[in-house]
Amino acid sequence: MQLFLEQMLNGIAIGAIYAMITLGLALVYGILRILHVAHAAVYTVGAYIGLAIFSATHSILLSAAGAMVFCAGLGFLIERFVYFPLLKYPPYVPLIGSIACLLAIEELCRLAAGPYILSFPAQLPFPSFTVGGIVISSTLTAVYCISAGVLALLWFITTRTELGLAMRATSQDMAIASSMGINSHRIISLTFMIGSAVAAIAGILVGIYYNQVYPSMGAVPAYKTLALIVVGGLGSVPGAVLASILLGVGETLLIGYAGIPLPRDALAFIAMIAVLLWRPQGLLGGRG
Amino acid sequence: MSEYSITIGTLIAIQAIVACGLNVIVGYAGQISLGHAAFFGIGAYASALLTTAGGLSFWSALPIVLGITGLIGLFLGLPSLRLREDFLAITTIGINFIVVSVFQYVPFFGGALGIGGIPRIVLFGERIRGVSFLLLSAGFLAITLLICWLFTRSWSGLACFALREDETAASSMGVSPVRFKLTAFILGTAMAGLGGALYAHFMRFISATDFGFPMSVMILSMVVLGGMGTLWGPVLGALVLGILPEVFRPLTDYRMFLYAALLLLMIRFQPGGLLGENSLARQTLSRLKGGKS
Repeated sequence: MQLFLEQMLNGIAIGAIYAMITLGLALVYGILRILHVAHAAVYTVGAYIGLAIFSATHSILLSAAGAMVFCAGLGFLIERFVYFPLLKYPPYVPLIGSIACLLAIEELCRLAAGPYILSFPAQLPFPSFTVGGIVISSTLTAVYCISAGVLALLWFITTRTELGLAMRATSQDMAIASSMGINSHRIISLTFMIGSAVAAIAGILVGIYYNQVYPSMGAVPAYKTLALIVVGGLGSVPGAVLASILLGVGETLLIGYAGIPLPRDALAFIAMIAVLLWRPQGLLGGRG
Repeated sequence: MSEYSITIGTLIAIQAIVACGLNVIVGYAGQISLGHAAFFGIGAYASALLTTAGGLSFWSALPIVLGITGLIGLFLGLPSLRLREDFLAITTIGINFIVVSVFQYVPFFGGALGIGGIPRIVLFGERIRGVSFLLLSAGFLAITLLICWLFTRSWSGLACFALREDETAASSMGVSPVRFKLTAFILGTAMAGLGGALYAHFMRFISATDFGFPMSVMILSMVVLGGMGTLWGPVLGALVLGILPEVFRPLTDYRMFLYAALLLLMIRFQPGGLLGENSLARQTLSRLKGGKS
């Protein structure tokens, strides 16, 4: 029982981290209808920049802030110079552009920092608990608090502010939103910057959680998160979060108990195909 | 020719066959597929198993291999009848990951060790290797191109083009989306199977990682780079992407980065491909002919 609970807690933490990566992807898909594979590259860069600033200053706050600003800029550049000019082409063109972007940035990270696995020896300023014999480490607490905070903040921005209203209007119909006086291009850029900043936090959290930062750390999340946004309902942010947490728990429990010989990376896709057969619009997606 | 350049040439010819197959699905029928390496792998594993465990020769195994990959292609083409573009793209990625993990974790397929000791192809009593293998692959590539050309000229090909341009309009004219999309899937995956069989007997050792998602991206890049929906585009794409890493080899560490950057620039500035509509090559060609560009 105790092992089961510990597994659950770890699973939810992994799911929460997936959720933070998937969120950016769901936002971008909702607004541009582009499968933003290069999002995983932004997340890798976030981990590297965070680690570099942390090694220089030993301040985790500075490191998070720096990584967020840098990644927001990177997301902006990707949107402005790769996706926006390709919007008028069929969807596979921006998709290939995105995959090329992912490869190029991964390689750049490898060239800049070397192919080794670096450790991220940060201690997060969060308390650890012991409840009924189960230890909740400070890293785990941090993952819970930070991801809950980020998700709440994003929920607030997208549903309760004028910016969120403009974002939703642009994703529903860009032409009409523009004719209503919304600067839709600026909204798109802002969406990318917000999503990328969140990916930077996810990168740093993953780096600390596994104590590993390496160039290809984005390779598996890049495609797994695609499956997650399908399971959640393409473009649905709450659906993406729900799907991520379910996957995190599912992966951990299946590997811990069932001993299913398939690797965890295929699980997301098997779940995705099952969901597509059962509810083609996704868990929380609307019809249409 | 040195042994080294013969190897590169053979691999390029094999990849061109696989890229032609993908071109039938993506370029002619307009169905995005990001899991083509799965069929490349299914072909390779089928041929490897039939010739090692099954004891068949390459030539008697080949029809079975083509049948198996075509049949699996038919099943995996079924989602294309229900799913929209993006869903289909992600589903095919998923199929690729699942097929690779089945190869990797099911002992019947050799598990993580792969399959080794695959026999050489015997033709006219001679073991095919080196230059003769290159010629054999080039011959198969020529047959593949001929089939592609015949397909574009056939009624099925026309029906596929019509479905690609406007599915609703085409089906209202009596063109069955089910029949022709699945025809394209069967044809395209069988070509991938042929490429896979050649690959298995050329390398004589295969493992699941050869057929992972990066391979699918590579094949799709070949098709897009060369010019989707054109006859020679996939061959040109396979040539360019096959030779580039060798040209960049002196750059050692920077090789993969330049490769990715070039692909990015290419898709950014010539999204129609080297031979596609409005491409630089086409414009120059029509200017040379004196026509209006």
